[in-house]
Amino acid sequence: MSLSVESTDTTTDAEQAFRREVADWLAANLTGEFAVLRHRGGPGDEEAYPALRKAWERHLAAAGWSCVGWPVEHGGRGLDVARQVIFHEEYARAGGPGRMGHIGVGLLGPTLIAHGTDEQRRRFLPGIREGREFWAQGYSEPGAGSDLAALRTRAELDSARGEWRLSGQKVWTSLAHEAQWIFVLARCEPGSTGREGLCFLLVPLDQPGVTIRPIRQISGGCEFNEVFFDDARTAAEHIVGAPGEGWRIAMALLGFERGLSTLGQQMHFTQEVELICRVARDNGAARSPALRERLARAWAGLRVMRYNALRMLAGGEQGGLSREALIYKYYWSNWHRDLGKLAMDVLGHTGNLVDEQDEAHRRLQQLFLFTRADTIYAGSNEIQLNIIAERGLGMPREPRGQA
Amino acid sequence: MELALNEEQRMIRDAALEVLAALSDSAAVRRAMENDGGFDGALWARLGAELGWCGIGLPEAEGGLGLGRLEQALLLEALGEHLACVPLFATAVLAGEALVQAADPAARREWLPALAAGEQRATLAWAGLQQPGAATGVEARRDGASLSLTGRVDYVLDGAGADWLLVPARIDGDLALCRVAADAPGVSRQALTTLDPTRTVASLALEAAPAECLGEGAGVAEGLARARDLARLALAAEQLGVAQRCLELSVAYTGERLQFGRPIAAFQAIKHRCAEMMVRVEEARSAVYGAAATITEEPAAAPREAAMAKSVADEAAFFCAQEAIQLHGGVGFTWEYDPHLYFKRAQANGAWLGRCDALLAELADTLLGPAEGEPPCR
Repeated sequence: MSLSVESTDTTTDAEQAFRREVADWLAANLTGEFAVLRHRGGPGDEEAYPALRKAWERHLAAAGWSCVGWPVEHGGRGLDVARQVIFHEEYARAGGPGRMGHIGVGLLGPTLIAHGTDEQRRRFLPGIREGREFWAQGYSEPGAGSDLAALRTRAELDSARGEWRLSGQKVWTSLAHEAQWIFVLARCEPGSTGREGLCFLLVPLDQPGVTIRPIRQISGGCEFNEVFFDDARTAAEHIVGAPGEGWRIAMALLGFERGLSTLGQQMHFTQEVELICRVARDNGAARSPALRERLARAWAGLRVMRYNALRMLAGGEQGGLSREALIYKYYWSNWHRDLGKLAMDVLGHTGNLVDEQDEAHRRLQQLFLFTRADTIYAGSNEIQLNIIAERGLGMPREPRGQA
Repeated sequence: MELALNEEQRMIRDAALEVLAALSDSAAVRRAMENDGGFDGALWARLGAELGWCGIGLPEAEGGLGLGRLEQALLLEALGEHLACVPLFATAVLAGEALVQAADPAARREWLPALAAGEQRATLAWAGLQQPGAATGVEARRDGASLSLTGRVDYVLDGAGADWLLVPARIDGDLALCRVAADAPGVSRQALTTLDPTRTVASLALEAAPAECLGEGAGVAEGLARARDLARLALAAEQLGVAQRCLELSVAYTGERLQFGRPIAAFQAIKHRCAEMMVRVEEARSAVYGAAATITEEPAAAPREAAMAKSVADEAAFFCAQEAIQLHGGVGFTWEYDPHLYFKRAQANGAWLGRCDALLAELADTLLGPAEGEPPCR
């Protein structure tokens, strides 16, 4: 059976030509020094080859492939939805490495294009686009996870020096140790609570007032950090939106997180299922009726996610979240977490052995460990179910906590 | 591939739900199941003969509307949502698709128009629906120009009410598609008592019953397999409707039921269970609509897409039905409230035309290569 999930069934001749162009470029360029990057990086493997992956970002940029969805006037490729989907699918199919620049390219860039000033766009977009400046996301705090509005990092404008002064702590900050800048959601109105009185600041990481401390994860690696601000500074004009509008900007940014990379993500999932099937055939696990059933379920889940994504893409213009969009994060993350367990069950007792030389073995172990994060970050299962019940079914809302 | 409903598809769905909300509410379903053995004659006349619902998926050349699988799925979803007591699935899908996929052109022209117009009720009596590769249990005997059938089929949807039945039988070793009139000599039909009271089932016994052959040769077995795949898809759509209705009933009931001074819908334990139901409903909706659209564009994908859709929708329907009973609390265990009707339908549908384990085993075979050893009974 073809496991294929690509959207070839939809496309025009011009789109198919574009698909070939992307595939050909990747085949010709994921070679030489970049060949080792295939299928590396990304969640669970962010520590792989950071310097080389930054060089890859610059290589993409030189050929105009770094910001395919940005409008042309901001230096992007201005691709329509269908071609962006094709790009993400082909990138994933070729084993393109996890994007070191994804926080800038996918989150901050679109936010500045929508809500930034001309000066901010001139200052920051080229660095993101050209792979020179990398970004981290400063939202969660030790006391503000699912309840993000409980955040306590303080920002105060020092008018005399034309600077914001920041104090507080952020946590779960992916790739902060590889980034030059961080965007920070902070409280700028003393005494404010909840979603009021927040600001969205752009802060340089390389300064005395910032300390970055890695967090070791269950996979043994350190892709997340704690970031401490102790009278850190950033220029007064480095605020997106007005003081007090931080929550609105922060939520707009999260809107970009559910983007077109969905179908690219599914290509990764398909490759993972294919890999597990291959291992199962090789090691005899494919003879187990119970494992066969679970593999068939995993494949059915791939089809469901593909069709769900097509429903999302077709219905995305109405504003607000459609029913299929509401369930998507909960669905894929739980499917993926189960796939991680299935991968280890297919490996059997050898799944307990660490073997860095066996690439398939390493990827499946990584899948097992890192997918435990999928149902926690970006809205935990429990928060997702609240959102589905309240927005999708109109059930009574949870009481809002007092900060 | 477009997976948003277009305007025509939305109209079909909305019109279907409107008609069924008026004519097939809980009281109507209960009247049909308690007085008329699970058949609502007035509703059938309205949907079949007046509104032409049977023709939606059948070819235009033979009196149908020639619309796609998705349009047909939308109707079946609505019928499942309302547990409508009409033999549309048996007539339009089982018999209709068996004719379209496995009968000779002349036989199609002769028999399809009356089905598409809702003028006749028909069904497919075939053990192979339940167990691919099973012996048919019916033998044909040819004597000059005349043909007669002998044998039994134990589980025939709408078998007692159909005007005629399609019966696959062996002629000289090859599967042939045969037709017997319900009132022909040698035909005896026994209506069976079912746990799911909203759909009628019968057993069929044939004793040298006169029949005619509508299709012969190697194409018949393949055509019937295609018909089975399309029936699986249609039943999956029905299951989607079952799941959706169970979710609606649960949200409504938990919003009204007061305990500890507030609606129980305000408790997170309840909200999360309803949210999980919605996840399953939308999962099934993506599976069914996606499979229907894919099969319309690419008929060869039908075996895997239909197995996928039915396995997903079966589990969604049963999950939502059992949750509906639980979330209704004590009254969920009563005959008076509706969840048990959906619970019984979900189980009956799930156990027929390929149980979830069998469907997944088929998918695994294509994914991993055939399993070793004897195939289990499915």
